[in-house]
Amino acid sequence: MSPRRILFRGGRVVDPSQGLDRVLDLLVDDGKVARLGEGLDYPDDARVEECGGRIVIPGLVDVHVHLREPGGEHKETIATGARAAVAGGFTSICAMPNTDPPIDSPATVAFVASAGRQAGFSRVYPVGAISLGRRGEQLTEIGELVEAGAVAITDDGSPVMDSGLMRMALAYSRAFDIPVADHPEDMGLSRGGVMNEGLVSARLGLQGKPNSAEDVHIARDLLVAELTGGHIHLQHVSTRLGVDLIRRAKARGVRVTAEATPHHLLLTDAAVDGYRTDAKVNPPLRAEEDRAAVEQGFLDGTLDTLATDHAPHHYDEKEQAFDDAPFGIVGLETALGLMLTHFLETKKLDLRTLVERMSGQPARAFGLPGGTLKPGVPADVTVVDPRIEWVVDPDTFYSRGRNTPFAGAKLRGRAVLTVVGGRIVHE
Amino acid sequence: MVSSLGKDLVGIEDLTAQQILSILNTAEPFKEISERRIKKVPVLRGKTIVNLFLEPSTRTRISFEFAEKRLSADTVNINATGSSVVKGETLVDTARNLEAMRIDMVVIRHGSSGAARFLAERIPSNVINAGDGAHEHPTQALLDLLTIRDQKGKIEGLKVCIIGDILHSRVARSNIFGLLKLDAEVGVCGPMTLLPQGIEVLGVKVFRRVEEAIEWADVLNVLRLQLERMKSGFIPSLREYNRFYGVSTARLERAPRDLLVLHPGPMNRGVEIDSAVADGPHSVILKQVTNGVAIRMAVLYLLAGGAPELAEAAKQGGEGEVP
Repeated sequence: MSPRRILFRGGRVVDPSQGLDRVLDLLVDDGKVARLGEGLDYPDDARVEECGGRIVIPGLVDVHVHLREPGGEHKETIATGARAAVAGGFTSICAMPNTDPPIDSPATVAFVASAGRQAGFSRVYPVGAISLGRRGEQLTEIGELVEAGAVAITDDGSPVMDSGLMRMALAYSRAFDIPVADHPEDMGLSRGGVMNEGLVSARLGLQGKPNSAEDVHIARDLLVAELTGGHIHLQHVSTRLGVDLIRRAKARGVRVTAEATPHHLLLTDAAVDGYRTDAKVNPPLRAEEDRAAVEQGFLDGTLDTLATDHAPHHYDEKEQAFDDAPFGIVGLETALGLMLTHFLETKKLDLRTLVERMSGQPARAFGLPGGTLKPGVPADVTVVDPRIEWVVDPDTFYSRGRNTPFAGAKLRGRAVLTVVGGRIVHE
Repeated sequence: MVSSLGKDLVGIEDLTAQQILSILNTAEPFKEISERRIKKVPVLRGKTIVNLFLEPSTRTRISFEFAEKRLSADTVNINATGSSVVKGETLVDTARNLEAMRIDMVVIRHGSSGAARFLAERIPSNVINAGDGAHEHPTQALLDLLTIRDQKGKIEGLKVCIIGDILHSRVARSNIFGLLKLDAEVGVCGPMTLLPQGIEVLGVKVFRRVEEAIEWADVLNVLRLQLERMKSGFIPSLREYNRFYGVSTARLERAPRDLLVLHPGPMNRGVEIDSAVADGPHSVILKQVTNGVAIRMAVLYLLAGGAPELAEAAKQGGEGEVP
């Protein structure tokens, strides 16, 4: 049983929402953050967590996760995905609706929310589909989906190709104050592609998806968001021009938020060489100029949110010829270590900004509680030990998906204790 | 025993110039076997070879089969239709089953790029790529190189232009890698929709007009136009393709007498190549087919551990027999 009161003693508390970055005690009582301060008094029955040398942050928030349930339970379930989330330091995750059946009705939204609560690990927020059956034809009952617990809508996995439908979704969703998330890809331009179109695809004889397939669609989404005043959330941005289009739209005041994934920040299409299906992902890993632009966009806040696009697959499915293997990379259990190693250790990013991109901003973008340690809020807390050195070993994942191009990577820093609503869910 | 080529022949990209030349040289003595009255030598006696053709093929499969039989190997053919693959077996399971039957070599043709390497990484047998998706078709490139060398006496310094659907062509890719390694100049020519973006980076010259390509080249390698390319919108029509990219008698009128025309087959007469060209003095298309058997014998022999310098002796049934 988890104790009712926990004192996190002497950790470096980093909470951008309060402008905090110093060594403090944090007391959790009855599921909430009770107090923050130096040398706090605490009740006798509190469990004391010594956090010297560790970092105490608001629980991480991932707004882009595929949990595969219902319909794809051999790849992942809501429970295994939520367990993987807390192991990686995430206390809130948003489940994409491209399941079978898709999450396009109040009943299916309620199912995901309820299965998430029952699992009892991270918070699981359902994201509803934009269109019925994710067919891109007719809007879902968006208001009812929101009432049932959906925090956003998306047809992720497929883009919304019909610009008129996108206009309706962005305009209609305004009344419910939710973002419309889009996987930007012009299916005509990307048809048949299995990786980035470029030198590597030319050498390997694999069909490519050009940057322009994504650029065209990002430009379309930004223009329609501007037209309607709706909130567009652009998923997994991977191209240099895409980053630039978003930067300029933000400057114009368009309501846009945007994701960068760890794999697009850290890898290029060179990772596909040797037909490595673990590096097969959509949008594809691109050229170094694109990777660098995504990194620059992430550093300057154009890409304001880190999202994993956690996309588990069964190992049989990835152990196929490249054309036949499905797209996707798992990310929940590697994201924090990768970011600490490649952005914090290298001093590309300070810890406060990293926490903002992985917790505060995604929570705000999707209107979720969390992303803060202000006294009174539900206690979603992640304790990070930045000194632990470890090697990514997919066989140790809680996720059913083992598909990661980062297998064998040597990382420094990981979550050692994860608390959701005052309950210890991972240590 | 590790051969001079390594365990497998997956692609020309993986070979050194030395290895390519060694295959061509090894093929030379094997050519003669096919001219004998009794076309059989005991070089691969006792070896078992599976021809795993998961995509339709006539010429390449038959060429491999003749090469294997003339070297006395025991062969089994598995074709796409009627095989367990059609019944939903995955490539990895096919591989494991072959391994369990302790075969010595697999010749694989597969519709997906990378499939040959996929198999090679998973079984201890030698794997020979007989064409994987749009990736490579190494023995085709080798027989093209041998044919060019037979006719021109060298490869180095020659200007070779590949004409047609470069984007989807494994023959083009293998030829580009092989020709560049042997210091030929390489050009490509075709509708811009059928050229990969940025192909120049591989070190080839791009011709937009077939007339310019013909004027430049010493050798033309004319690719088969897959008829489905029209359906998927890469070209407006076959007629238009022939009109602008077809290698026709009229276009060859002013070409030098010793310009070579190759074609990997099967030909669409009247589309990418006119009959008069295919059957005319520039054409070495049937010489390619003959050389194909010798090249495949050489590859089989070398991968089985045969020494290039002993190929002549092996052919006589002597000490060169592979272990």
